[in-house]
Amino acid sequence: MLHLRNLTKTFFPATPNEVRALQGVTLDIDEGSFVIVIGTNGSGKSTLLNAAAGTFPLDHGTITLSGRDVTKWPEHRRAAMIGRVFQNPFSGTAPNMTVAENLALAARRGQPRGLGALLPAKLHAELRDRVATLNMQLETRMNNPIGTLSGGQRQALTLLMATWRRPDLLLLDEHTAALDPKSADQIVRLTQRIVSEHHLTTLMVTHSMQQAATLGTRIVMMNQGRVSADIAGADRRRIRAEDLVRRFEEIRRDEQLDVSAAEMLREMYV
Amino acid sequence: MLDLSDREWRCIVTLLVSAWTIGLILSLLALGVYISYRVFAFPDITADGSITFGAAVAAAMLTRGMNPFAASGAAFLAGCLAGACTGVLHTRFRINQLLSGILVMTALYSINLHVMGQSNLPLLSARTLTTYAERIGRQVSGGDTAMLLGWPVGARELGSLLLIAAVVLLVAIAAYLFFRTNLGSAMRASGDNAQMIRALGVSVENMIILGLAISNGLIAFAGALLAQYQGFADVQMGIGMVVWGLASVIIGRALVGSDSLGSALTGTIMGSVLFRLIIAVALRWGLNPNDLKLVTAIFVFGALVLPALGVRTSRPRPSGRPARMV
Repeated sequence: MLHLRNLTKTFFPATPNEVRALQGVTLDIDEGSFVIVIGTNGSGKSTLLNAAAGTFPLDHGTITLSGRDVTKWPEHRRAAMIGRVFQNPFSGTAPNMTVAENLALAARRGQPRGLGALLPAKLHAELRDRVATLNMQLETRMNNPIGTLSGGQRQALTLLMATWRRPDLLLLDEHTAALDPKSADQIVRLTQRIVSEHHLTTLMVTHSMQQAATLGTRIVMMNQGRVSADIAGADRRRIRAEDLVRRFEEIRRDEQLDVSAAEMLREMYV
Repeated sequence: MLDLSDREWRCIVTLLVSAWTIGLILSLLALGVYISYRVFAFPDITADGSITFGAAVAAAMLTRGMNPFAASGAAFLAGCLAGACTGVLHTRFRINQLLSGILVMTALYSINLHVMGQSNLPLLSARTLTTYAERIGRQVSGGDTAMLLGWPVGARELGSLLLIAAVVLLVAIAAYLFFRTNLGSAMRASGDNAQMIRALGVSVENMIILGLAISNGLIAFAGALLAQYQGFADVQMGIGMVVWGLASVIIGRALVGSDSLGSALTGTIMGSVLFRLIIAVALRWGLNPNDLKLVTAIFVFGALVLPALGVRTSRPRPSGRPARMV
C-alpha cells in the first residue's frame, strides 16, 4: 500500500543549522492499517509525514503509494491520493471563504478544475447533510466565512474535507495538539469514526500517549530520524500508555548516558 | 457656485461625464489590481507597463486600419502575456514579487516603443471604438448633442459613457461568475491559504501565473480603451497606474465595507469612479496636475498606515491570515 524505502532528508546541509531529520526510514504500511507515529520533539515524525505528502524533495529513498512510485511527484499531484489534516487548525481551511466553498473545494481534491460552478445546489445540499452529521450545528453556518469558526470546528471540517473523496492515504499531523481538551476529544472520536467507516489507511502523528495507546492498529516510534520501535499485532494490543511513557524514559536515559559518557571520556583523556 | 453661468455649468457637466467615463475605463485597471493585490496579495507593478502595452498594441493595430474590437481583444491578450511573464519569473525562477513586476515593466517600456514605433501615437484619424460610441450617442440623442439631466452633452461623450458602462458591467459580471467556478475558486483559495489548496491538489504556481495573466489582461484592455477614448497612446501613460488602481481598490473597500465577492467587485468599480471624480473636482479647484501622482501616493500611504495606527477603517478580519494592510 504505502512503502517508504530508506528515506533520507537533511535540512540546511553543511551549515551550523544542519538537521538530519530522516536517516534512512523504511516502513511498509498495509491497506487499511491505522498507524500511530510517536516520538520526541525533533525525532522526525512530522518530517516523515511531510515526506509522504511531498512537501519537500528527498535526499534519498523512494515512496510507493498504491503501486505507483510517487517519489518525484510534486505535492499537489500527490494530493489526488492523499488527504491531510494539519496541526494548526488554520492551515487546513481558507479563512475568507465560506464553509460551503471550502468543502466544495475539497470535494474536487485532485480533480481537474474547470469553469463549472463550484457550488451547484445539489452539491450544496449534500455538503450540508454531511456537515449535519458532525452534530456541531455547523449546517446553519454554511455561508459564513470559515475563519469565523473555532479551531475545533475548523479541524472537524478539515477532517471532513480531507476524507470527502476517499483518499488512498490519510495523513494526520498532530491534528488535536492545538485544541482544548474537549475539542481534542471530539476530534479524536470523529477521526476514529471516519477512519473505521471508510477503512482508511492512516498515518497519524501524536504527542498524546493516551491517543497512541487507544487508537490505531500499529505504533511506530521515531527517534533521531530513525524508527526505534515498531509495535503491531499482539504486542500492540497489550500495550498501555504507561508502557509508551516508559519507553520514552528509556530513550531519554540513553541519550543522557551518551552525554555523560562523553563528558567522562573528555575529562579523562582530553 | 450657484452663480455660474450656463456656459460654465455646461463645462462642468462635460467634465463630470468625462470623469465618469475615465473612471469607468480605469475601473478595469482597478479590477486587475484587485485580482493581483487582493486575491493573491501580490503587489504587481507590471500594471504600469501592461496598461501602456495594451494602449500601444491597440493603437498600432488601429493606425493600420484594423477592427477596433480585434485591436482591443489583442490588447487584452498582450496584457495576459505580460502578466504570465511576471508570474513565471516569480513562481518558476523564484524571483521576488516586486522585482518580477519591475523586470517585466522595464522590459515593456522598450517593447512598447517598438510596438508604437514612436513615443506617442495619435489615433485621431483612425476608426476606433469611439467612432462606434459616437454612433450610439447619436442614435440615443438623435443629434449632435444629447440632454443629460437637463444639460446638453456631446453625442460622442454620451456614447462613450454608455459603451464603457456596458463593457464594465459585462466584465464585472464575467469576473463575478468566474470567481465562483471551480477554477476561479481555486484561484481565490490559492491567495487565501496556499498550503490548504495545494493539499487539495491545486498547483498554486499555475494559479498565480493564470491570475496575473487575467489581471494584466484587464489592465491592458483598460489601456486600449483609454487610448481610444483620449485619442492617442503614449509611452509614459502607465506611470503610477498601479498606485491609482490601489487607491481605487482601497476606496472601494471603504465604500462597501465587505469582503464578499460581489461587493468587492462593485466597490472596486465605484472606488475608481469616485476617485476620478474627486480628482476632477480637485483639478477644477486648482490642484496642479503635476501634483496628481504625489497626492495619489500620499492618499494610498495614508490608507495603508492609518489602520496600523489604530484608526479602524474596517471590521476585524477572520482569523487565520495576517490582516493585510488595507
